[in-house]
Amino acid sequence: MKLMPCPINGIRPIQEFAYGGPFRPMPNPSESSDKEWADYVFHRAGEPGIKREWWYHIASGTWFIAERDTLKDEIVRTYLYSEEDRSL
Amino acid sequence: MPYRLLKFALNGKHTEPRMFRAPEKLKSHYDVVIIGAGGHGLAAAYYLARDHGIRDVAVLEQSYIGSGGTGRNTAIVRSNYLTPEGVKFYDESVRLFQDLSADLDINLFYSERGHFTLAHTDATLRTMRWRAEVNKHLGVESELVGPEFIHEQCPHLDLSCGGHAPILGALFHPPGAIARHDAVAWGYGRGADQRGVEIHQQTQVTGIQVKSGEVVAVETNQGLVETSRVLSAVAGYTPRITQLLGIRTPLVVHPLQACVTEPLKPWLNNIIVSASLHLYVSQSSRGELVMGASLDPYELHSTRSTLDFVEGLAGHLLELFPFLSDVKVLRQWAGLSDMTPDFSPIMGKTEVKGFYLDSGWGTWGFKATPVCGKTMSYTIAHDKEHELIWPFRLSRFDEYEQVGEKGAASVGH
Repeated sequence: MKLMPCPINGIRPIQEFAYGGPFRPMPNPSESSDKEWADYVFHRAGEPGIKREWWYHIASGTWFIAERDTLKDEIVRTYLYSEEDRSL
Repeated sequence: MPYRLLKFALNGKHTEPRMFRAPEKLKSHYDVVIIGAGGHGLAAAYYLARDHGIRDVAVLEQSYIGSGGTGRNTAIVRSNYLTPEGVKFYDESVRLFQDLSADLDINLFYSERGHFTLAHTDATLRTMRWRAEVNKHLGVESELVGPEFIHEQCPHLDLSCGGHAPILGALFHPPGAIARHDAVAWGYGRGADQRGVEIHQQTQVTGIQVKSGEVVAVETNQGLVETSRVLSAVAGYTPRITQLLGIRTPLVVHPLQACVTEPLKPWLNNIIVSASLHLYVSQSSRGELVMGASLDPYELHSTRSTLDFVEGLAGHLLELFPFLSDVKVLRQWAGLSDMTPDFSPIMGKTEVKGFYLDSGWGTWGFKATPVCGKTMSYTIAHDKEHELIWPFRLSRFDEYEQVGEKGAASVGH
């Protein structure tokens, strides 16, 4: 069974979680060009590596950030979102 | 012991002709380098050599021929898609498939089965009607049928679906077929090889050299190769190639899992698909039930298998065919699907001159193999997108002109 550490509830089976997509800052829509906006909306860093992602613990309704190795299928660490993450 | 085998043992030489030559070393220059010796790459090489007279071609494969998506899909061929762009494109592919065994002189076990996409809700039925009308308008055999017709064609199917999701109707596509997917790659590979194309297995691309916006060379673990034209036909590995060039794409890779049961006597003639139950199943010529589901829920570049998948799939299969409860799963596997946000491929030229993409093959790549070979070889030979693939160009995202293909296997309705 694949396990994931929830920052609030500890180690739980991955079936209790939902993937929320990559963590990425949104450019200001009123200041970005059509091309920059298309880049934000559509384009992704698709190559394997350690990625920062949103994950959701369904049972407790907790959104948090996970750093995950998408090549090895390993979770590096998980933590709750804080204001410092915004600038990363 | 058969006499022929004994003779072979005593003789000690390979008396059977090999399918491919095994070229020893890479040359220092090729007119065209194709990355990926799957069905798509080999088909492009074959048509480049046969139709466009470009024979100085190297196909580079990091593993062995057909080791990626080509040998991992569930081998379904159909053209009952939703968008006119998609229907025209896949229908050309179905037409090419129908003559392909003779063309390539290899038995592809191409078998027309009739393809049912089941509707369990009114909303699905509505999409089916839409698809049927688009299909008919473009000359593709496709119609909406009721439960009586489904029962007549496939009497084993439990139309009540265990009572929880009764079948209201289906989209029926008579030309829907299955084929032997490895043989497609081998056939194209042999055809290309006979026309002078070199296939280099165990050759990994490690870099692509660009000078003033044009491709000049490809770096591999077997040495440097000069070339001005490179085709990337590596499906699930595309982001690793585009990363070498700094090209941004919307591709995200998810595993797609599949499995087969032990062989049974032939009983399932049709291909049965249910998007609501996330299931497609057909019976291969060997008697195994070949089954697949929807994508794994999160991005991953690994072909590992999970118990979750096989449990879920088996549960849904039993809703449709309860009598299969004592049939065993023989093996399961996964392939990498490079998904696009609009469920259509990404094909054609890129911002780097001489670098062509054949990617975004998600869950719909095998059925497109022949037409991809045709259109990509045209695109490379003329440095101009073939009209069938123009809607699938990479720049459609920057131009907000996506091709929303809701007829793809992974789309729930």
